[in-house]
Amino acid sequence: MLDGDAEARVDGAAVGRIFREESGRSLAALIRLVGDIDLAEDAVQEAFAVALRRWPADGLPPNPGGWITTTARNHAIDRLRRESRGRQLLGDVAVLAPGNDDPGMPGGVGPVQDDRLRLIFTCCHPALSTEAQVALTLRLLGGLSTAQVARSFLVAEPAMARRLVRAKHKIKAARIPYRVPDAHELPDRLRPVLAVVYLTYNAGLTGPAEPDLCAEAIRLARVLATLMPDEPEVAGLLALLLLTESRRASRTGPDGSLVLLADQDRTRWDRALIEEGQAIVRRCLRRNQPGSYQLQAAINAVHADAATAGQTDWPQIVALYDHLLAVAPTPVVALNRAIAIGEVHGPAAALALVDALELDHYHPFHATRADLLGRLGRDREAAAAYQRAAAMAPTDAERDFLSRGGRAPR
Amino acid sequence: MTHYLLSVHGVEGEVRDPMTDEERQQSHRQLGILEQEMKSAGAWVFSGRLHQPGTATVVRIADGEVVTTDGPFVESKEHLGGFYVIQAEDLDAALAWASRVTGAIRAPIEVRPFAGFEA
Repeated sequence: MLDGDAEARVDGAAVGRIFREESGRSLAALIRLVGDIDLAEDAVQEAFAVALRRWPADGLPPNPGGWITTTARNHAIDRLRRESRGRQLLGDVAVLAPGNDDPGMPGGVGPVQDDRLRLIFTCCHPALSTEAQVALTLRLLGGLSTAQVARSFLVAEPAMARRLVRAKHKIKAARIPYRVPDAHELPDRLRPVLAVVYLTYNAGLTGPAEPDLCAEAIRLARVLATLMPDEPEVAGLLALLLLTESRRASRTGPDGSLVLLADQDRTRWDRALIEEGQAIVRRCLRRNQPGSYQLQAAINAVHADAATAGQTDWPQIVALYDHLLAVAPTPVVALNRAIAIGEVHGPAAALALVDALELDHYHPFHATRADLLGRLGRDREAAAAYQRAAAMAPTDAERDFLSRGGRAPR
Repeated sequence: MTHYLLSVHGVEGEVRDPMTDEERQQSHRQLGILEQEMKSAGAWVFSGRLHQPGTATVVRIADGEVVTTDGPFVESKEHLGGFYVIQAEDLDAALAWASRVTGAIRAPIEVRPFAGFEA
């Protein structure tokens, strides 16, 4: 992350990077201290302005994260002093502000770390809409600007700003708590948290390249896995993202076209990510408390094991999908299971399963049917299914791929 | 402490969940116990059940004069049927009470914070 070289030249871009990296932790600590998200955001923003002035001249402080938190806290306290409504809050701040955010402390220990966990559970509270949960998480924990959040979900910036303001107002007015849920609530409350990280990754996979939401989602998943080491599904989500990420570069050809798993250049898969992901999957297997993210990760781990598409252990993948379908009985899982069955028992068996699904609005359903029909020699029906899939595809790369009948450009 | 309105909305003329007499009695018993628990926990502020919206009357000022008309105010199929006003530490605590109410009456509950009651 940081190379610790205080003499290194720090320009504005470097300050921005460090703030992106550290602001989630600082903001989370500030929210606990001042009990107000807007005030905490303003204070961290002020600290950023000070850093932009000072760091390029004075060099990096020894612990930039601690410096940001302390500077922001001082700004928040100054502002509370100036406002009458803040004076009563101020007593609490003094009480709650022992030295654990001081620059001398190494980052990532003790209650400071727990603050980020509190914050993500607040951002992903089930009383907020999924859109609001994702936007708040990226804005507050990811340190993305409102403009960046808006861009990544193809929403106009004023609309995204309103969404964020509305969500923060609800947190304040309805008193959505700032705490980590109790053990008995955790399974229910963890679900939206994991979904937000997963949605963020998928938005990065299909959306605009800037900002890199895939990297942000993996960063969040790593934070969660560090903070909740005993939650197997958290580990499962991280493994799933790492294994998916290992193939991201080979998912698209040089011209930006889509490359199917079977046709990918497996030498371009990122071995380090695969090994990290597979090691987590093995730990999950030993723990034997399977859940849907762990099972999806395990399926990806099996794919990653195959040096060529032909060597894929499809019976193992079918077994994992059987298990996944039992845990998460959704039509999309059933569709993917049917694809795996097609590899073991042939396209006719798969098509029979696919045709029984109600997924008319889902373009991979039509793409799958097209592929199976093609393999059965029913070319005219296959072409029609490809056209339907192409018409519904969300990205140009997928649309081009599908309108060529699922073949790479020549 | 924040005050919350837990409101029950019914659709006019629609029996929302036809209960047997026995189920209705059980529901009333559960509500009675729940209200006692709310009171002993210091959460209960006020509660009530309303007659059908056809019994409502609307009063307004028009051209400087008070005009009284047959209600309800909103021409809608959905109407407030009953409510609790509770005080709770945070939304999670309010939602916990609301889940118990909805379990007893088998209808959705809207939980909404009051403005200006915060300590």
